[in-house]
Amino acid sequence: MIDYLLIHFPILIVVFPLMMALIVVLISNNFLSWLVCLITTFITFLISIFLFNQLQDVSIISYALGNWLPPIGIEYIIDHVSIIPIIIISGIGFLATIFAYKIMPTEIDSNSISKTYSLWLLAIAGLLGLVTTGDAFNLFVFLEISSLASVTLVAMGAKKDRQALIAAYNYLIIGAVGATFYVIGVGLLYAITGTLNMNDLTERLADIENNRALIAGFGFMILGIMIKAAIFPLHIWLPRAYAYAPSAVSILLAATATKASIYILARILFSIFSTSEELVNYTLTYIILPLSICAMFAGTIMAIYEKDIKRLLAHSSIAQVGYITLAFSVGTKSSIAAGFIHMANHAMIKGGLFMAITSMGYYIQKRITLDTLSGIGKQMPITFFCFIVCSLSLAGLPLTAGFISKLYLIKASISSEGLWLGFLILFSSALSLVYLWKMIEALWLNSKDNNQPKVKESPILYSSLLVITFLNIYFGLDASFIVDSSFNAADMLIGRR
Amino acid sequence: MIFSAMGIWNYWVVFILMMIGLFIVIDRKNLLKKIVGLTIFQTSVFLLYITFGKITGGTAPILTGSSLTVYSNPLPHVLILTAIVVGVATTALGLALVVRINSVYGSIEEDDISAQDLIDYHDQNTPIEKTREKYSK
Repeated sequence: MIDYLLIHFPILIVVFPLMMALIVVLISNNFLSWLVCLITTFITFLISIFLFNQLQDVSIISYALGNWLPPIGIEYIIDHVSIIPIIIISGIGFLATIFAYKIMPTEIDSNSISKTYSLWLLAIAGLLGLVTTGDAFNLFVFLEISSLASVTLVAMGAKKDRQALIAAYNYLIIGAVGATFYVIGVGLLYAITGTLNMNDLTERLADIENNRALIAGFGFMILGIMIKAAIFPLHIWLPRAYAYAPSAVSILLAATATKASIYILARILFSIFSTSEELVNYTLTYIILPLSICAMFAGTIMAIYEKDIKRLLAHSSIAQVGYITLAFSVGTKSSIAAGFIHMANHAMIKGGLFMAITSMGYYIQKRITLDTLSGIGKQMPITFFCFIVCSLSLAGLPLTAGFISKLYLIKASISSEGLWLGFLILFSSALSLVYLWKMIEALWLNSKDNNQPKVKESPILYSSLLVITFLNIYFGLDASFIVDSSFNAADMLIGRR
Repeated sequence: MIFSAMGIWNYWVVFILMMIGLFIVIDRKNLLKKIVGLTIFQTSVFLLYITFGKITGGTAPILTGSSLTVYSNPLPHVLILTAIVVGVATTALGLALVVRINSVYGSIEEDDISAQDLIDYHDQNTPIEKTREKYSK
């Protein structure tokens, strides 16, 4: 029995949360629906850990959906590359679910909580499917499952602030345009190759040179995914969606949603189009590299001038996405590994920061701004400690996980592009200290607002926050786990060249 | 020249529709019209796929026994069936959001809504009900 299940783990990791979403929506009791959701995310996390262990023996796990052998049937692929986003999504999903128990009832009507958990699982299932599938069209379907679920989750914030509706609407329209661009690209590729399987596409594209349909298809696919990944000029939907979503949703989306899309971007650039080297190199050097540098600075500067804390963190997410795509655009093995290291670290950092801010704002039923939270750090020492550790990790100070990724990033970019790029990365990291200090100053040094209610920390809120903070410190001291798996991933992506 | 351009008539239709749809999404300030534009944009992609699958003189892929029959490729149709479902879901969610926006803001014009948001931004501490009262006067 268990052996039978083991074979089907690559599909179960996607289908299990998907099916449980249907069950959760039928449970009317709020606590029970949360419990089922928690158990589901926990089992999903266990499956992902198991798959990771399995990958130590074999380099690639391929699963033929419905026993239709690829390339004709749909293939699910788990390899050293896709396991990184899988672990990020399922791990953060689990931690955020623990955290959501106390936060959800304050921001969402009590009769729609179980529906929210159902959407929550749908979003996780969609994101996991996105990174597991090896079929270009199947990817589009998962792209839409995850984005429709997250749009609805964002719109749930309307009880607290009506702007959530506008944010959700913009997210929906921009996301749908992005997904449609991706479909156009896939269609053009299908027209010239006659296949949708990613590995098969790579092989067949090798025989086609300088075809205009290939270039157009490549452009459409990249553009569509860049919209989803919020790469600099296409980021406009992100700050509002993260800021007005219910806080628990912000944690989930900020830590996972863009990561999945960035992973797809890497897959398209280095795996599907690995044979059309000239085209990819041109895109990396003349499009993605400049845009990433702009993103680093634009995101950081927008964050410095922002007062609303959730929006501030969202702007800083844009800058961090810039670092990851910058690492990819340099295009050497070590820089791509640095990109994956930063992807994992940023999920932990942003997850932690959003959790800390949310638990501080829990007692203040207002928008979380620098003014409304002033001086709250003294009343919540544990939460504030976690906040400081995550902030330092974001800025990239030694002994934190952020330092490791910045170190590898700067080393890789200096060795292949020159000192100027390393200097730019350092400079923008230094700028990020400005907005981090602004937050710390407001939360700790400023005097307390007199009409602030009495605040007591709750263990449910800080338990998952402590876990994430511990991870931030642990991976700062001993990063071999993340570094090794990232280098394996980079090997796998670039190895074919 | 003209005849060769006419030969790819379907692609002309596809790209004209695509541009019309995208233009509406970008240019219109009315939230409902944006959804109409999005639907046109998505429909043009459906047509694009169907055109790929068509072979001149080809019939529906049903085995008849004779080996001379030319079949059209059925796979794009199947793919588009999936994409249509996704498109319907997107449109439904968009319309639901527009209904909610209309009931909360009392308008579906982007300019109106952003003007109201701007005022909200300046007095963030007043609850939604009070702001709404202010506008109804």
